[in-house]
Amino acid sequence: MNVLRFMLHNRGQVLELTLEHLWLVGVSTVFAMLVGIPLGIVIAHRQRLNKPVLAAANIIQTIPSLALFGFLLPVPWLGDRSERLAILALTLYALLPIIRNTYTGITGVDAAVLEAGRGMGLTESQLLFQVELPLAVSVILSGVRIAIVVAVGLATIAAAIGAGGLGEFIFRGLAMVDNRVILAGAIPAAILALLADVGVGWLERRLRAR
Amino acid sequence: MGLRYELRYAGRNMPEPGATPVIEFRDVSFRVGQTQVLSSFSLLVFKGETLVLLGRSGSGKTTTLKLINRLVAPTAGEIYVNGRPNTDVNVTRLRRGIGYVIQDAGLFPHFTVERNIGLVPSIEGWPKERIQSRTQELMQLLGLSPEIATRYPHQLSGGQRQRVGVARALAADPEILAMDEPFAALDPLTRDDLQREFLLLQQRLHKTVVFVTHDLREALRLASRIALMEAGKLVTVLTPQEFVKSSDPWVAAYVRAFGDGLESAANRGAS
Repeated sequence: MNVLRFMLHNRGQVLELTLEHLWLVGVSTVFAMLVGIPLGIVIAHRQRLNKPVLAAANIIQTIPSLALFGFLLPVPWLGDRSERLAILALTLYALLPIIRNTYTGITGVDAAVLEAGRGMGLTESQLLFQVELPLAVSVILSGVRIAIVVAVGLATIAAAIGAGGLGEFIFRGLAMVDNRVILAGAIPAAILALLADVGVGWLERRLRAR
Repeated sequence: MGLRYELRYAGRNMPEPGATPVIEFRDVSFRVGQTQVLSSFSLLVFKGETLVLLGRSGSGKTTTLKLINRLVAPTAGEIYVNGRPNTDVNVTRLRRGIGYVIQDAGLFPHFTVERNIGLVPSIEGWPKERIQSRTQELMQLLGLSPEIATRYPHQLSGGQRQRVGVARALAADPEILAMDEPFAALDPLTRDDLQREFLLLQQRLHKTVVFVTHDLREALRLASRIALMEAGKLVTVLTPQEFVKSSDPWVAAYVRAFGDGLESAANRGAS
């Protein structure tokens, strides 16, 4: 109850940090989709590229997040504003699930269906937009869902480099050894993750091809 | 033109004098790595006939079919479609002029029946009403009841799916139909229905059909002529009536494998 009272008392700041958090997650997820989905499509069609691209995305994933923020800090332009840096790091982490699921979704399309389409005279781009992507969309979205949930958690660490977000409460609470403050950051972050999970999951089911 | 073909194909069966060739394979070979899938394959397909490519698995019949619409490119030789090498025509144009039907139909699982049938007309930019009336016409022609128009492929029976597959191939009214074991996955009763309907349909439409099967009974029933293939080579081209009587060792072996009662099958198809 103490926590709720604290959050209510500081509701202005809770709201502000939640919005900042959403902004970091939202922008980085959009960037990761803009890069990851086309890349996933390319490696699904050019099998030779799939191993190196997935390996690179995997390696990024293994870098500890705090270390990645640290690495990027001295980079010019990026390091000027911690927000840019946080978005880049979050984008990099979101790439793997999006690339991998796009690849899995597209390669999972029945070969007979593709051949029928090709045999009927569909061009490669018609095949992509009318057949492959619609059939892969639910798998791609489940990758996006994983990426968002992971990003909501990771974005709390962005506060360590001053990028804002709900992590500010968490770090402040740690420094003050005050659980109320920690939870004021952790609870809204958990709710965000759950909402994103449910929301994208709903979208996934709506768009699922029969 | 007729004389040249008669000379080139001397001794091979000609359906009728002066028939127009629609598809011609000229000395076509196809190799993948070390495997010779097709060697020096020459064949004429005439307007309005149903030419069945018959042979066991791996004899090269599906490859032969895919050479027509350029899903496969030959390593040597040429394929003529309507008197022109098929590489002279834009590949998309070529394919839209050849209806393609495959085993299990290969329907788009995320499209309804009517969208599946109307796909080629719609990418060809037909007006909506025309697509709709064409779809209705085809569904009626293939014996599909109108209420399944809004269903998805997974809600259909195997026979219905294959009918939709044929309707889809006919949508833009192509002159040529390429059919790759279209009825192979169906139960015997449904297959029998579809074969009978195919014959009726062909009596009305007179398409030039190239039909791949390994089933001799199906070949005897549907074919104007049967082209028997073995190990990437054309063994012989015969009418069904000639096929069952032939003394060619490969033909005889095939006939023996299918047992008795084949002559009646051949005659039923012809009647």
